Amino acid sequence: MSIAVRDIHKQFGDFVALDNVSLDFSSGELTALLGPSGCGKTTLLRIIAGLEVADSGSVVLDGSDASRRSVRERNVGFVFQHYALFRHMTVFENVAFGLTVKPRAERPSKAQIHRKVHDLLKLVQLDWLADRYPSQLSGGQRQRIALARALAVEPKVLLLDEPFGALDAKVRKELRRWLRRLHDELHVTSIFVTHDQEEALEVADRIVVMNHGRVEQQGSPQEVYDSPASPFVYGFLGAVNLFHGRVHGDVLQVGGHALELDTHTLGSGDPAVGFARPHELDVTRPGSDRRGGLPARVLRVLPLGASVRLELALDDDGQIIEAEIGRGRLRELDLREGESVVVRPATVRVFAAVTTPQRADAR
Amino acid sequence: MNATLVLSSPIATSRIECATTESAAMRWLLTGIALAFLALFLFLPLVAVFVEAFKKGAEVYLAALVEPDALSAIKLTLLIAAIAVPLNLVFGVAAAWAIAKFDFRGKQLLTTLIDLPFSVSPVIAGLIYVLVFGAQGWLGPWLFDNDLKIIFAVPGIVLATVFVTFPFVARELIPLMQAQGTEEEEAAITLGASGWKTFRLVTLPNIKWGLLYGVILCNARAMGEFGAVSVVSGHIRGMTNTMPLHVEILYNEYNFAASFAVASLLALLALVTLVLKALVEWKTRETVSDNGNPEQVKP
Repeated sequence: MSIAVRDIHKQFGDFVALDNVSLDFSSGELTALLGPSGCGKTTLLRIIAGLEVADSGSVVLDGSDASRRSVRERNVGFVFQHYALFRHMTVFENVAFGLTVKPRAERPSKAQIHRKVHDLLKLVQLDWLADRYPSQLSGGQRQRIALARALAVEPKVLLLDEPFGALDAKVRKELRRWLRRLHDELHVTSIFVTHDQEEALEVADRIVVMNHGRVEQQGSPQEVYDSPASPFVYGFLGAVNLFHGRVHGDVLQVGGHALELDTHTLGSGDPAVGFARPHELDVTRPGSDRRGGLPARVLRVLPLGASVRLELALDDDGQIIEAEIGRGRLRELDLREGESVVVRPATVRVFAAVTTPQRADAR
Repeated sequence: MNATLVLSSPIATSRIECATTESAAMRWLLTGIALAFLALFLFLPLVAVFVEAFKKGAEVYLAALVEPDALSAIKLTLLIAAIAVPLNLVFGVAAAWAIAKFDFRGKQLLTTLIDLPFSVSPVIAGLIYVLVFGAQGWLGPWLFDNDLKIIFAVPGIVLATVFVTFPFVARELIPLMQAQGTEEEEAAITLGASGWKTFRLVTLPNIKWGLLYGVILCNARAMGEFGAVSVVSGHIRGMTNTMPLHVEILYNEYNFAASFAVASLLALLALVTLVLKALVEWKTRETVSDNGNPEQVKP
């Protein structure tokens, strides 16, 4: 079932949670709503589910306006961050809940419910836990039971609110992969909310990046990561280096040095900020490359797995930037801490320097 | 290595004890004071009630309880409790549900109003009903014309009791329901449960022990209330006399044995309440610790 939201506006007192958001989610797709906390992503999910009512705008489920429909009639499965399992019921009773509360005419027989619940428990690989209570399960197990419970009523849409947010890093990673596999099996239209960019990039077919109640960008994980539409998206997805300067034709003038630019729409002389990811930086010995770049000094050399992270200080203003190069390249350069290098971004994208872009958190 | 560890541990703990507790004499003194206080103000009176009740023998004791006026007082007390407790059970659950699970204007005011009976003297509580429903009260003439009797009759006693026992159930449930949040209910409705089914299958089982606790306290107060009931009842023997009022009347007539005999019933009720309360408290703690999800606590 396809989902669409049209001009959704939601305010809590003076706080604008959603500012005229319109989005389309096509059938069978797994979409991530990605953004920092307070960006309105959970509110949007709850409005789609019907747990929250928008001040204006509409929710369209499968082509028909569902804004006035109650939660029960929307036929959505909802998975909560803190599982929300019924604590006084066993795992079996939890999963069976959606079937046992159906009106008598639609309710499956006891045997049918029993079979269905066990099938679902097998699907989430936890059929041996049927008689336990939620308090006896680990966090990852609880979330899988919560998912089985949501799937029991055969929802047309699956909504997951930070499903792995309360789990520790290792379990989270396992469950991510597992969720992806499950989605490939079931193909139910799913939206999941997360503030973890890695999770969104790994699991989703499509990513919607949100900030301050607005949609910043939407697209495939690769599109969003490789060509961010705004400084915010640049900073939120992965680490990034900022170069403050002015645009002159095809170059960004940073201090006394010029950086070549891709296509851009800024006027000549405009103050601008260039963005380049650490792995997009070329590091060379001074004088070895004619194309120029920014002179810098090596502060630290940090070997991290397959690549090496260099912490560099620009000679001009002492600003610290990060570069990521391969181990082979490091051997070629034979760099020591304290030596001078020239840094040249392979690609730089510029944005007008009006808003102060947020620097990405160190990963 | 092991041996030294074992040997050194008692020394270490005793040193810690020295640093964090008072001397033995001081501990005995403080415990002694607390026990003496309890004995003097709680235990001794309780013993006195039963000693006085049986002073003239078991026959007199039993006679005082089966005497028609005493029986009617017991019946009336049970009737009042049977009406007031269910009323406040329904009201308490409804109010706690509204306050804990929904956001609305005037929520703070409602919370404050629920506490009102705790802060008002029971005598005043009785008096307001006399002023509203009494012969000289606002609705008095209208009630008289329609032949409705509230003050100095059973309805007045019920009203006063309901007012006084108003907060018990709600007060007990509000923090419990607030702590449990609304996620389970939300999960239930997304799974297709109706409002009533959500309440019956999800909310009620989660609050049952807290609810029982509130009901026990509410019941104890409903049966034991004196002040408010005394103002509205009119003390008509065999008609509007509840057990506490009956105790007072007998006492004022110097009929000590009978007075203490009826009082012993109330004391017994208190003891039973205490035992039930302890049991339920123990059960509540069990369910609360049951749902302590360590992962749920965000750092």
